[in-house]
Amino acid sequence: MKRLINLIINNKPYEIAVATNKTLTQVLRDDLNLLGTKEGCGLGDCGACTVILNGRPVNSCLVLAVQADGCEIETIEGVAPDGKALHPIQQAFVDQGAIQCGFCTPGMILSAKSLLEKNPKPTEEEIREAISGNLCRCTGYQKIVEAIQVASKTMKKR
Amino acid sequence: MKEFSVINTRLPRVDAWSKATGEARYAADLSMPNMLYAVLLQSPLAHAKILNIDTSAAKKIIGVKDIVTYKEAGTIHYGVSPARYDETMFCYDKVRYVGDEIAAVAAVDLETAMEAISLIKVDYEELPYYLNVFDAIKEGAVSIHDDYPNNIGAEVHQEFGNVEEALKECDYVRTDKFVNKKQDGAFLEPQACLAYYDLNGNLTLYSSTQTPHYVQRTVSMVLNIPIGKVRVIKPYVGGGFGPKASANTIELASSLLSMRTGRPIKMIMTREQVFLHSRGRHQFYHELTTGVKKDGTIYALKNTCYLDGGAYSSFGIATVYYAGSLLGAPYKLPHMKYDGYRVYTNKPACGAQRGHGGVAARAAWEQQLDIIAEELGIDPIEFRLKNVREKGEVTCNDFNLSSFGMKECLEAIRDKSDWKNKKGKLPKGKGIGVACGFFVSGAGYPIYRSETFHSTAMIKLSEDGGTVELYTAAAEIGQGSDTVLTMIAAEALGVRYEDVKIYSGSTDYGVDLGAYSSRQTLMSGHAVKQAAEEVKAQVLEVLSKRLNVPVEDIDIKDGFIIFKNQVDFSSIRSYYVKEHRGWAEQPGGDKLTFKEAARIAYLEKGTIVGTGAYKPGELGGKYKGATVGTSPAYGCSAQIVEVTVDMETGKVTVDKMTDAHDCGFAINRTNVEGQMQGSLSMGLGEALFEEVKFDDKGRVINPTFGEYRIPTALDMPNVNTIIIESDEPNGPFGAKEVGEGAIMPTIPAILNAIYDAVGVRLNELPVTSERVYNALKEKERKK
Repeated sequence: MKRLINLIINNKPYEIAVATNKTLTQVLRDDLNLLGTKEGCGLGDCGACTVILNGRPVNSCLVLAVQADGCEIETIEGVAPDGKALHPIQQAFVDQGAIQCGFCTPGMILSAKSLLEKNPKPTEEEIREAISGNLCRCTGYQKIVEAIQVASKTMKKR
Repeated sequence: MKEFSVINTRLPRVDAWSKATGEARYAADLSMPNMLYAVLLQSPLAHAKILNIDTSAAKKIIGVKDIVTYKEAGTIHYGVSPARYDETMFCYDKVRYVGDEIAAVAAVDLETAMEAISLIKVDYEELPYYLNVFDAIKEGAVSIHDDYPNNIGAEVHQEFGNVEEALKECDYVRTDKFVNKKQDGAFLEPQACLAYYDLNGNLTLYSSTQTPHYVQRTVSMVLNIPIGKVRVIKPYVGGGFGPKASANTIELASSLLSMRTGRPIKMIMTREQVFLHSRGRHQFYHELTTGVKKDGTIYALKNTCYLDGGAYSSFGIATVYYAGSLLGAPYKLPHMKYDGYRVYTNKPACGAQRGHGGVAARAAWEQQLDIIAEELGIDPIEFRLKNVREKGEVTCNDFNLSSFGMKECLEAIRDKSDWKNKKGKLPKGKGIGVACGFFVSGAGYPIYRSETFHSTAMIKLSEDGGTVELYTAAAEIGQGSDTVLTMIAAEALGVRYEDVKIYSGSTDYGVDLGAYSSRQTLMSGHAVKQAAEEVKAQVLEVLSKRLNVPVEDIDIKDGFIIFKNQVDFSSIRSYYVKEHRGWAEQPGGDKLTFKEAARIAYLEKGTIVGTGAYKPGELGGKYKGATVGTSPAYGCSAQIVEVTVDMETGKVTVDKMTDAHDCGFAINRTNVEGQMQGSLSMGLGEALFEEVKFDDKGRVINPTFGEYRIPTALDMPNVNTIIIESDEPNGPFGAKEVGEGAIMPTIPAILNAIYDAVGVRLNELPVTSERVYNALKEKERKK
């Protein structure tokens, strides 16, 4: 059974028919081809599928697409739109070596973005808390934390 | 000190932009028109005979396009080492663990495939099953594989020197036991693949793998397709750490289903399936006896180990060797004996994982050495410094330490961590510990017996002269090989980093054994460097002829041609400009550019191509098993960890880590640090909480990241990373490994720090609050 829902994704409106048992991750990936959102576990444990939903970071694998009806969603594709310059957080991830395999990166960047929008000058502890739901097996988190600290500084200057 | 333009810097990764924007494509992101989805049927029982498989009900489901079992797949055996080919695509005689693969269904969508899978009926006759090494080897136990009646799939007996005699000469001898737990690779990207068999009989398999080359060979062998018709392509891979270093069932099943249906087949493992397929760290039961002289000389080591291998061999035959061969090496140890047994059990197969085979052994021994140092009244760092080997020495098992900065590593961490003011002087509940590590820089031999090169590379200059195209079959899995190889190519050729475009990870691009045993920087790096030098020589030769300047007087650097003496190259420039009328970016300035030179070379000779190929030279060791552990180079490291132990709850918090690693020469300094930090994080997880748990039926009870805990950003402290560069003569530009060796000292350094904090020794991992709490209570009781 499908239902018609309305989503605003990366500032663009979408009207789509979705199966009611489909998760937001599945709809973003399979129906809308927004493949930057990753699925690492499908159980809400790893954070790879993090998107920003109405201003808050959520595991999109734990949200049914129909639950997101009428919501505003930001995915990694919306962070540096139209292939223009990278967002300062992305730039900091690139410069600081915060990316290895890259599978956690989209979710990690969105958690960081959500943090810095609310708290532009977080402490290291606040950064670690904010990304504690995003697992990374490659980096040991240090360069990710450093990248978010650098981004916090460059974003303030803007 | 040589001057470098590209290497030894902190250039951002070549793939960083596409990964930061979500543009990078992994196997699960790929799709093709007309594609089918396939899923697996897996065994619910740990050990049982298969009496019958009935797929009739499943076949009736609308949308099901094909169902395959061993009847369709055949029973060609494969595995990692040809000496232990003990797997088949699907089980035919019996199932050997909960999760063993029985059938696959391809359907128009995932839901349909899953519904069909649930309708396949399998009749079993249950057999006794063994979830523990010691039950499996008991007299009278049923054999899991017929060829190995006592369930010992591989055993190793090695002795160097004479350990029994040597122990008699020692002033102090002690024996300790140690056990770790089965660890999962826990990479973020579950295995996924997409197979397409076309009408010309060519199979293209996109897969999340560390070893396209080995997957190509296995698929070719099992499906009986000529190897030249199998192309394995590795898109971006979301981590591997070892478990993705061999062919898996979804790669084989999707290929078979595509051959049969003529349609592309996509398969993705669930996170639970990742845990069931496993191939992660073995559980090791070590017993170590070490003898030392009064003055602190480490003199003899006897190591006995039982490995819980799970249901299949996978990499285990190498693992059981590594658990012995790597241990003594960092120290001047004259006598070493090892007896290792890898045992089949009815659990998911274990394989290679970061620090292959050596991590538990290292943890056990470095803790024992700490105990011995204390008994002798010697500072643990001084004790190690007294015994560590140096560059140019050869170990008792014939490892040639062609570079070895162990001493420098120890001194660096001692000085950076303020060890002298902390060891034994921290308040109760706080402690500091040290340990050393050691690892190969690439396996000395391929997994199958062959004279093959381990890595080949090809560099082609684009015909316009503007781009250096690097083709390598090396596998970028997150560790950064694309970046490092691009940097090596740029440096060796004399162009800028951004002038090189890398094409990697496809079996069409040559032979590369892949991303395992910390081999790619050294081995693929050599091949790339050679290819770049060959291209450079061709360009210089053309210039030399054209300008009538001796080749020795011309060089290439930073994308420009450097002449020793003033040369009038205006003829070349005007020729180039004439050729490129109307093109963007016309050259100017007072230097001849590489682009101009490369274009001229093409006009003179046709497409400019250079190739490189590497295999290790003569390696040490003539004894049985010398092929596991011998390597063209060895990395080493030392670590200091500081912890807080909660005296009430036993909870251990790692506060600080200082890590020095000798990587020979850092091609990319940021990447080297990233490997160190990531290794330490995996080590911290294994030390403190990681354990794949089973119920009494052999089912994994924690196959999720909620129940199987890996370190989060809140568990991992910042690491003070110190890069030691010992200039490895067998490495390209002096480089050797960092990807795995760095994990070695972490667990024992944590254990030694816990002892310093609260005075208890733990011989079982993970060091949970409960274990520490019980140890503290036990210590109190004994008072």
